[in-house]
Amino acid sequence: MKNKYSIFSLIKNALSGHENWQRAWRDPEPKKEYDAIIIGGGGHGLATAYYLAKKHKLTNIAVVEKGWIGGGNTGRNTTIIRSNYLWDASAGLYDHALKIWEGLSQELNYNVMFSQRGVMNLAHNLQDVRDLKRRTHANRLNGIDAVWLNTEEVKKFCPIINTSPDIRYPVLGGTLQKRAGTARHDAVAWGYARGADAMGVDIIQNCEVKGIKRNGDQVEGIETTKGFIKSKKIGVVAAGHSSVLANMAGIRLPLESKPLQALVSEPVKPIIDTVVMSNAVHAYVSQSDKGELVIGAGTDSYVSYTQKGSHNIVEETLRAILELYPIFSRMKMLRQWGGIVDICPDASPIISKTQIKGLYFNCGWGTGGFKATPGSGDLFAHTIANDEPHKLNAAFNLNRFVSGDLVDEHGAAAVAH
Amino acid sequence: MFIINCPYCGERDQTEFSCGGEAHIERPKQPTELSDDQWAEYLFMRKNIKGVQFERWNHAHGCRKWFNMVRDTSNDKIQAVYKMGEKPPVK
Repeated sequence: MKNKYSIFSLIKNALSGHENWQRAWRDPEPKKEYDAIIIGGGGHGLATAYYLAKKHKLTNIAVVEKGWIGGGNTGRNTTIIRSNYLWDASAGLYDHALKIWEGLSQELNYNVMFSQRGVMNLAHNLQDVRDLKRRTHANRLNGIDAVWLNTEEVKKFCPIINTSPDIRYPVLGGTLQKRAGTARHDAVAWGYARGADAMGVDIIQNCEVKGIKRNGDQVEGIETTKGFIKSKKIGVVAAGHSSVLANMAGIRLPLESKPLQALVSEPVKPIIDTVVMSNAVHAYVSQSDKGELVIGAGTDSYVSYTQKGSHNIVEETLRAILELYPIFSRMKMLRQWGGIVDICPDASPIISKTQIKGLYFNCGWGTGGFKATPGSGDLFAHTIANDEPHKLNAAFNLNRFVSGDLVDEHGAAAVAH
Repeated sequence: MFIINCPYCGERDQTEFSCGGEAHIERPKQPTELSDDQWAEYLFMRKNIKGVQFERWNHAHGCRKWFNMVRDTSNDKIQAVYKMGEKPPVK
């Protein structure tokens, strides 16, 4: 039984020098067999395990992670959460996630620092204006909050933006989703891990999957660095390495893995209290609770697993940031990094069964998976438990690349790719 | 970021080039006879290899010619560059 985190437990532990906190999750050795195995201990994988245990009563399950939990893209994203996507299928998916975010800290008894500070998307040319207005209307028809702001309203909402008409890409307006915002990415992984562990889920870290064993068209288990683990249900949530795992199972995916970069500045006093994204000039920025500017850059055009990315991508982003926010001209950047994102041809994810029985894939989140973490976990758990997709992820099946029924979200994805 | 040895121009900065993705994907010889599965395979499915991969590149801000490259995607090291139509160096 996990002790509940509260103001009282905080005081109690403060008085004993914070040395007696119960550990948040166990560090078990893998059993010989599980009812289900999740490959990938990021936010999505841990959320999947959490909902499998909680909603579908599957507790004899394991999450295997080659490094440490939350050490991949969960710890590398820019923590932006929003649901203002264009198509009905995406609206359903991302708003499902957003609704779970709204009560997540309470549900997990873990402060994920979800902050609905709003996300503003800027328009820099006439086509942007048309596209964003169209998206605003589509969002509202789907019950998602969205408003169009003209240039003056943009300036009022975020005064540090340079709205001068003579900059190279002037601000012609923008959309605002007020329910959108940010959360603490590590806390999301840790909160789900703690919750899943409390229900009996084994979280096995430093355990790399080396092979997926099939018997005909049925999965049998996984070869790992800690030996063979048997299971008839395997859910793969491996982000940039999805194709590597698909290859082990002998199937093909429509993915390309590319480095997506982000960077943070030195910490400063509060200066920007919202998230501003600008797809056309490829810059988005928010400020963390520590005071760092969190800046998202773009993807490289080529496949790479290096978690680095090219310097020119960062340069382009900072150029755009400086033109839009001249006040940042003397900020020093502290860290830069890359995460490997698996991008689908239609910039929408795959939460799907495969042609192999008992093998499920949750991948293709590309440049924007963090926002969907709770919804993705919930729907993937449903898909694994019932061997059928939930109606909210039915459109995000693998078969859409055969039928042609794509969900083209290139316009609403944060990063043009 | 890396230096690419264009087979026509010699060594240039990678920013002059654009990547055209996986190489040696053959255009279907009889498009009218392809099933939906085969179309999906041709249009969308990719090897996306972690390791040595064959890919197409274009010297977009140079000679504008297409060529092929053998590159290790796990460390971005280029192993060979060869012209379109040439056989890939055996690896």
